[in-house]
Amino acid sequence: MTQDITVTLTVNGRTVTRAAGAHLSLLRWLRDVADVTDPKYGCGEGVCGACTVLVDGEPVSSCIVLAAQVDAAEVTTVAGLAGADGVLDGLQQAFLEHGAAQCGFCTPGMLMAATELVSRGVRLDRDTIRGELHGNLCRCTGYQAIVDAIASVAGGERG
Amino acid sequence: MSADEIRTSKAEELRVVNRPLARHDAAEKIAGTTRYAADLALGGMLHARLVRSQVPSARLVRRDVSRALEVPGVVAVLVGEDVPHNEVWVDVPGQTTEVVALKASMQVLATERVRFHGEPIALVVTETEDSLAAACEAVDVEYDLLPGVFEPEDGLREGAPAVHDQGNLLAEWNIDRGDVDAAFARADVVVEGEYATQFVDHAYLEPEAGVAWMDDDGVLNIRVATQVVEHYRDVARILGVPDSKVRVIAPYVGGGFGGKEDMTVEPYLALAVAHTRRPVRMTWTRNESLLARAKRHRTKMRYRTAASRDGTILGQDVEITSDAGAYAYLSALVLLYSSVHACGPYRVDNVRVRSKTVYTNNPPTSAFRGFGGMQVVLGYESQMDELARELGLDPAEVRKRNSLRRGDVLPVGQPIETEVLLAETIDAVIERAGDKPVPRGPRRAVGRAIASNMQSYGRLVWLNDSAAAWVGFQLDGSLTVRCGVPDIGGGQASSLAQIASEILGVDMDDISVHFGDSALTPLAGTTTATRQLLMSGNAVYEAATMLRNQILGAVAAERDQPVGSFEMAPGEIAGVDQNVPLKQALMICRRRNVPIEALGTFYGPKGREVGRELHAERIFPDFTFGTHLVDLEIDLDTGQVRLLRYVASHDVGRAINPMIVEGQIAGGAVQGIGQALLEEVVMQEGVNMTGGFFQYLIPTAADVPDIESVIVESGEGLGPFGARGVGEPPIGPPAAAVAAAICDAVGARPTTLPITPERVPDCIDRGRSREGGTAA
Repeated sequence: MTQDITVTLTVNGRTVTRAAGAHLSLLRWLRDVADVTDPKYGCGEGVCGACTVLVDGEPVSSCIVLAAQVDAAEVTTVAGLAGADGVLDGLQQAFLEHGAAQCGFCTPGMLMAATELVSRGVRLDRDTIRGELHGNLCRCTGYQAIVDAIASVAGGERG
Repeated sequence: MSADEIRTSKAEELRVVNRPLARHDAAEKIAGTTRYAADLALGGMLHARLVRSQVPSARLVRRDVSRALEVPGVVAVLVGEDVPHNEVWVDVPGQTTEVVALKASMQVLATERVRFHGEPIALVVTETEDSLAAACEAVDVEYDLLPGVFEPEDGLREGAPAVHDQGNLLAEWNIDRGDVDAAFARADVVVEGEYATQFVDHAYLEPEAGVAWMDDDGVLNIRVATQVVEHYRDVARILGVPDSKVRVIAPYVGGGFGGKEDMTVEPYLALAVAHTRRPVRMTWTRNESLLARAKRHRTKMRYRTAASRDGTILGQDVEITSDAGAYAYLSALVLLYSSVHACGPYRVDNVRVRSKTVYTNNPPTSAFRGFGGMQVVLGYESQMDELARELGLDPAEVRKRNSLRRGDVLPVGQPIETEVLLAETIDAVIERAGDKPVPRGPRRAVGRAIASNMQSYGRLVWLNDSAAAWVGFQLDGSLTVRCGVPDIGGGQASSLAQIASEILGVDMDDISVHFGDSALTPLAGTTTATRQLLMSGNAVYEAATMLRNQILGAVAAERDQPVGSFEMAPGEIAGVDQNVPLKQALMICRRRNVPIEALGTFYGPKGREVGRELHAERIFPDFTFGTHLVDLEIDLDTGQVRLLRYVASHDVGRAINPMIVEGQIAGGAVQGIGQALLEEVVMQEGVNMTGGFFQYLIPTAADVPDIESVIVESGEGLGPFGARGVGEPPIGPPAAAVAAAICDAVGARPTTLPITPERVPDCIDRGRSREGGTAA
């Protein structure tokens, strides 16, 4: 009977209506039902942040949110950041130039957390950036290049 | 980039190599379009999951799948009897049958006996992912519990339960060089220490995953997150089909660190596809990954170091015992690495090493960045510091005094043939760090320390390592590189493009690298052992050089000029009198039957296989040396350790791409810091208590400071353009440096990892009694 539930979300500007069992997480709805595979499964318990997407502008761990909970919301994933012509946005460009993606698996979630952080429009020093990223794990970069990239966009550039 | 520096001692005119270019794979990863192993979905695709042992040691009395087959959506439930060849063999090198059999095996699916919590027993295959959990639960497994071995020392006792029939000692290695007893007898000072490291998980963000399907022509394809596409041979053996009927494709991998070196999902995907003839996907949950995939070896080390008054090491006596877990995997080799690296980057003429790795009913242990060379850094570097303290000498000076130099001979018998710039890395981090910080409050103590290391790059020389790569021009002047290297995030493929670009003058944007396909790309071996820049890098160097010479030769012949009068330049062949556009040069080649492609194969240095008594004139191709410095502050009330500053320097020979090198150094340092302070897979009587990232804490951005790197370039490496490998080396020093800095702060040394806040107060207390209370 749960199969009757449908969820309509605006994903990266595209309206998508799909079935969603009442237990289906937003992450699995995106990946398995709507074929939006850029948010990643990393831990399934809201710790690692690889599944981070923006729901109405707020970063959430999509693995611990039910699709049905956010019905009618606007969802942005990393694939929604680039322009229609495929040109990377400023933050993405900074990630590219600073070498902030190594294996790249945390990158989709990391960029969404960073996008929200930068969107606050306040100047951020490196310690603040580090603190704000505590919900997004990375095992490759040591966070160095990620902090560099965000700092280059949001203020606290290293001397 | 601005804060980091490169100190190069050999200048060479380079156009593309040695520049911090954005990696060619980075834009897609940042755009979110890279398709990782679990991102692929195929029509009619099934899903698979393993039923795993819930106990560490038992006889399997009953495995009943009948209830599971009734679960809606279940397509198949397979047990060991359904596996054509239900055994995976690994070599245990160097051991005689007096110790154990030369080979060890494990089953793909256990039929009679389970030896660790999480061991696979049955495989369920379902129509939808939703059915997996219910199907697994419906497989009835009855266990007859058996006594287990949970500590290596217990496993070696007379009458211990046998984890395997042939005994619990999996492998041992001995090194004897010089006269150790005489060295200790004439020493001015002897320091002793015992050190212990923990089980560590790789904790890459991408869990083990893959999708497999059958081709129209009967070839089984497995697209999987792996460091080793050559596992197609192991899969073929399990299925009982020719090697040519299995193909492994490695897409960009979401982190490896050694954890995707052994097979993970491959045999299960193969079985499921062979059985159902439909595409199948398998993704391990994080819980499965933590539970069942091989860990870093828990290791106990006993060091005795003899030295003269001026700090010169006279002799070292080392005992190492590692926990091999339930199955052999690569434990014997990891222990060999520990043994060969046991004295670190120092000249020690009198050495005794006794090492053992012992089966237990803990999770299997195998490859992890550093591969046994990492644990011993805590041992030999702690000894260096204790020696300096005992003699009242500067720890940096003691290290420099004993540093290996070209021509020195390692304890194992291998002479060092390249320049060693260890002292330069020591000076670099100290210079860079400046003054030691002061505590920010009365109940805080600040410590500073350095730790150095050496780490081999390239595989053991008797393994006859080789790598092949194909480089070919397209008619429009763009370039295709084909190389079997798996790219696990370290820029393995991108570096190949950079090397080819340098030699052939083609813009990076006009180069495509096809990689990691066991059927369609020339095999380049494993992305392990810090070997790919050495191996596939040299293979591309060779192929690109052959191709360049072919083209220059054809153009010179066409123009009736000496070969040396032309060289490759961007978009053209530059001549003394006139330039030839590249496209025209390619047409000249075709007209003259000169190929516009080349296959290069690089063969690693060779040597004889060693026995249990380790002695060899050559055992590894070469080594990478480095030093880290850490400043930290300890809260004397809570035991909380906060890192204030971290500087890391390695002699990388030549940085093919300094941005990638810095990324490896920063990432390795932080992974090492995690092992120093936070991480542990906790076992209780064989039961794995670490079920998720809530229990297994890896460093967050907030836990670590900036990692400042100083790249030293000796130009002395065996890789292309004089490069040394840098994948593994940076994980070596952090734990030793952090432990030493804590000792500097409070006066006593932590010797057991991880150094959690619970373990710090003991150091504070010991330091207080040793120093008469000055630390607090």
